[in-house]
Amino acid sequence: MTELTSAAVPAVGPEDHVRGKGPEAIVYLDLACPRCALAWARIRELPVRLALRHFPIASKHPRAPALHAAAEAAGLQGRFVEMWDSLLTDQAHQDDPHLWERASHLGLDLERFDRDRRSELVAERVRRDFEGGIRAGIAGTPAAFVAGQPVEGDIAESLGRLG
Amino acid sequence: MIEPGSPAPEFSLPNHAGKKVSLVDFRGRKVLLVFYPLDFSPVCTDQLSLYQEVLPQIEERGASVVGISVDSTWAHRAFREKLGITIPLLSDFEPKGAVTRSYGAFLDEVGHGNRSLVLVDEDGVVAWVHESPTPLEVPGANLIFDALAAVERAT
Repeated sequence: MTELTSAAVPAVGPEDHVRGKGPEAIVYLDLACPRCALAWARIRELPVRLALRHFPIASKHPRAPALHAAAEAAGLQGRFVEMWDSLLTDQAHQDDPHLWERASHLGLDLERFDRDRRSELVAERVRRDFEGGIRAGIAGTPAAFVAGQPVEGDIAESLGRLG
Repeated sequence: MIEPGSPAPEFSLPNHAGKKVSLVDFRGRKVLLVFYPLDFSPVCTDQLSLYQEVLPQIEERGASVVGISVDSTWAHRAFREKLGITIPLLSDFEPKGAVTRSYGAFLDEVGHGNRSLVLVDEDGVVAWVHESPTPLEVPGANLIFDALAAVERAT
């Protein structure tokens, strides 16, 4: 049985997808969430070391699991951050042909990308982030943590003050 | 707010499909009552969507989940469809908020429920409650799992 009782937010580790340099923050985003896209537009260029974590809300955004799996599958070919950024920068194109187009644009091996994004390994990896977020008390996206503590209010503004 | 250890007030309310749902229907199983302010308010959207994502894990632990607000059956039906959730929503519409009030979760000054969670055990006794400091604050799903684990440990 999966344990989902309260726990500290998992520390940034080798499994994390990290982008940027500077003070460290962890962000949990839903790649299909418009509020996350707005937050991402404001934090993507901040001088902050961001650990990017999955928090798809499938009931609200039915394409979210596919988008997170696509980012993770791109990550298996070394292009996680680029796919993540692409998906959040343009949320109007989320269907499979759009994902193939994005993958192709990033120079990914398409067959491998397609196999990986549907794999149990990738689904489990996304789920691990989601469950870590649940245990840390995330009640909505976007969410962020600095020094193990949840960031209250406007996360982009708070992270902006870090850098 | 009702206290743990109290008998949970009985109720019989129409759900999103107009079918009556009573507390007694859940006897022999735990049930989490999610009192929330109103359908279609942005914060509620996150709360019920979030709980939907972990519903299988809540059910694995022997608990059902129902949402309760003062909205009508019709509003509930549309709200469930919008959110894509399967959690049943009960309509505490007439007399307005009477069930919410019986659990001490009604906010008179605004005319709707506060964001409150009540876990009722297999025997119809309140096992745990959580009342948000303000309706804007959404309780994380981790608190539900903490409560379920505590109840399991106590039995």
